Amino acid sequence: MADLQEHFDHTIEQDRRVEPRDWMPDGYRATMVRQIAQHAHSEIIGMQPEGEWITRAPSLRRKAILLAKVQDEAGHGLYLYSAAETLGADRAELTAMLIEGRQKYSSIFNYPTLTYADVGVIGWLVDGAAICNQVPLCRSSYGPYARAMIRICKEESFHQRQGYELLLTMMKGTDAQRAMVQDAVDRWWWPSLMMFGPPDDASPNTARSMAWKIKRHTNDELRQRFVDMTVPQAEALGVTLPDPGLRWNAERGHHDFGPIDWSELKRVISGDGPCNARRIAVRRAAHEDGAWVREAATAHARKTEVRT
Amino acid sequence: MSSGDPREPLPGRHEPFLGNAYEALNQGEDTRWAYGTGFADPLAGVDTRVPEGVDGADLAAYCLMLGDDALIMSHRLQEWCAHAPELEEEVALANIALDLLGQARLLLSRAGAADGSGSDEDALAFLREAGGFRNVHLVEAENGDFGQEMARLLVFATWRLALLDRLAGSRDPVLAAVAVKGVKEVAYHRDYAAGWVVRLGDGTSYSRRRIAEGLAAVWPSVPELFVPHEVESRLAAAGVGVDPATLREEFDAVIAHVLTTATLTPPAGPGGSAVPRGRDGTHTAALTRLLDEMQSVARAHPETTW
Amino acid sequence: MSEWPLYEVFVRSKRGLNHVHVGSLHAADDETALRHARDLYTRRNEGVSIWVVRSDHIAATSPDEKDPFFAPSGDKVYRHPTFYTIPDDVPHM
Repeated sequence: MADLQEHFDHTIEQDRRVEPRDWMPDGYRATMVRQIAQHAHSEIIGMQPEGEWITRAPSLRRKAILLAKVQDEAGHGLYLYSAAETLGADRAELTAMLIEGRQKYSSIFNYPTLTYADVGVIGWLVDGAAICNQVPLCRSSYGPYARAMIRICKEESFHQRQGYELLLTMMKGTDAQRAMVQDAVDRWWWPSLMMFGPPDDASPNTARSMAWKIKRHTNDELRQRFVDMTVPQAEALGVTLPDPGLRWNAERGHHDFGPIDWSELKRVISGDGPCNARRIAVRRAAHEDGAWVREAATAHARKTEVRT
Repeated sequence: MSSGDPREPLPGRHEPFLGNAYEALNQGEDTRWAYGTGFADPLAGVDTRVPEGVDGADLAAYCLMLGDDALIMSHRLQEWCAHAPELEEEVALANIALDLLGQARLLLSRAGAADGSGSDEDALAFLREAGGFRNVHLVEAENGDFGQEMARLLVFATWRLALLDRLAGSRDPVLAAVAVKGVKEVAYHRDYAAGWVVRLGDGTSYSRRRIAEGLAAVWPSVPELFVPHEVESRLAAAGVGVDPATLREEFDAVIAHVLTTATLTPPAGPGGSAVPRGRDGTHTAALTRLLDEMQSVARAHPETTW
Repeated sequence: MSEWPLYEVFVRSKRGLNHVHVGSLHAADDETALRHARDLYTRRNEGVSIWVVRSDHIAATSPDEKDPFFAPSGDKVYRHPTFYTIPDDVPHM
């Protein structure tokens, strides 16, 4: 046992990947399952806020782009569930945990999408924040997760670009369109910053995840990187980020930004967000309404096996 | 890949993430993975003039018929998003919806060019009233359960594949090109739906009942598919369009084969009621509601680009 | 509740290259597994070859098998022996 632990530690220390059949500490396995499952659930729940706009997209080109994007999210969920399954978790169990509220997904998807500009802002800010979080995960110590993340990151960059391009087009349009964009930015900015999780001094698991190289950067480091990346993009777009405290700090070489209302994040995480109940209800209905279809396919496969 | 040392790095390879399976697959050709872009223009190099002796208005109306069928069917499949019975089916249904949306865009664009109106795909999709739509009633009916959707998709794809197969020989080079591309796509849609009809029919006793009910719900919409509109008849005679009456034999044979495999029997006929005339612009309230939703954002902001 | 079995997916991206493991998915049978693999792992592009195999039909060694600390592979905890690594010094395997 001591030897196995030593070997595992050595693998991590050498920056080599842990693979499914390797010995790993129970805590590492549990942490990976939880993180990958939450990530998978987020992709699947994340289909809903934008998916609601596919049938209402204002041009056929936008409709095709949005449909392809939401489809990618289903695909990302599948890649991630498949990575979780290499750790012995199975999708049916994970789905049950999601719809029974025993596992979380990203709180960002508990906010409503009120106008078509939200589709653009989700691409720009939410997917942008996701990319900041996820690019380092391509070097995560767990091999299947790191490999899934590589593919996801490539597709996410298309997502962010399409969102930003939609916003650019709208900003060149009518006053009403520009107002929609600014309103959406006002609503999504702070929730996007909260996507990086609690501040480092209130994030008890960060140190262990960093030691295991599951995480490569702290929440606050990634949040700062996101803010620094986004400020010039907002300027190019011509929108105002809703933070009077946002300014360049030459001494730090970073942007300072105002305090985040963590009580809101806690409220949304604990189920009190505007859309928590609706998101879970939709996922639960799809899963339960589909049970007879899945069972039929299994029954048919068994019959076919017997016949041949 | 050409010959040579397989370990020699290939040109065009990206910097990060060397030596992983995806990168090896990808070879720097990002277009291989569907990011929503990077697909070849199916009309590249195609002569887009209206062929000699063909009435532009007829050609436009015909393109609207085939384009509206695809657009409205795609919309109904889009409504499945986040509601499919399994995540793998989410991906499959979105693929089919995307294929049909692509066909609709080409056909609506062709319609706007053929009649000289210069209307683009979005003007035709978002600014027409229900009475201007020429789709068959099959596609506008509201969604039922997954079994009913697979019954509808089987009927639709079997009919449309037979049609596109013949349309590939059209004298109109644009219609021919759209059909050639569409045949590959719709063949897959038909296979997908047929597979599910078989699985549900030959699955559990419960699924068997559900798919039988789904077929029965869809069946009254079948006769309309084979009644030629005068525009279809004229264009068929001109070697540009397809007379839908000629598709019935293939349709019946394919459906019979699928239903037999599914251990199902075809529902009774629709019982002599009048055949609906979606091709004339006569529609149900279901299409009005669909368009209210589909056109809501575009109409709230007229004269804008998105 | 009946869960569809897990399949592993291998894709040949073009002629001259090996099939490479790209991930897994659930399907009721081989035929649907191929369809889902096409939809998911190659989206709509043609011209690739796909293999699928039931995960429980794969016999596997551990990536670390040559290592003295290799844990016995007969364990039942890790039900899905998937995701072979491609060593860094073998490009385009």
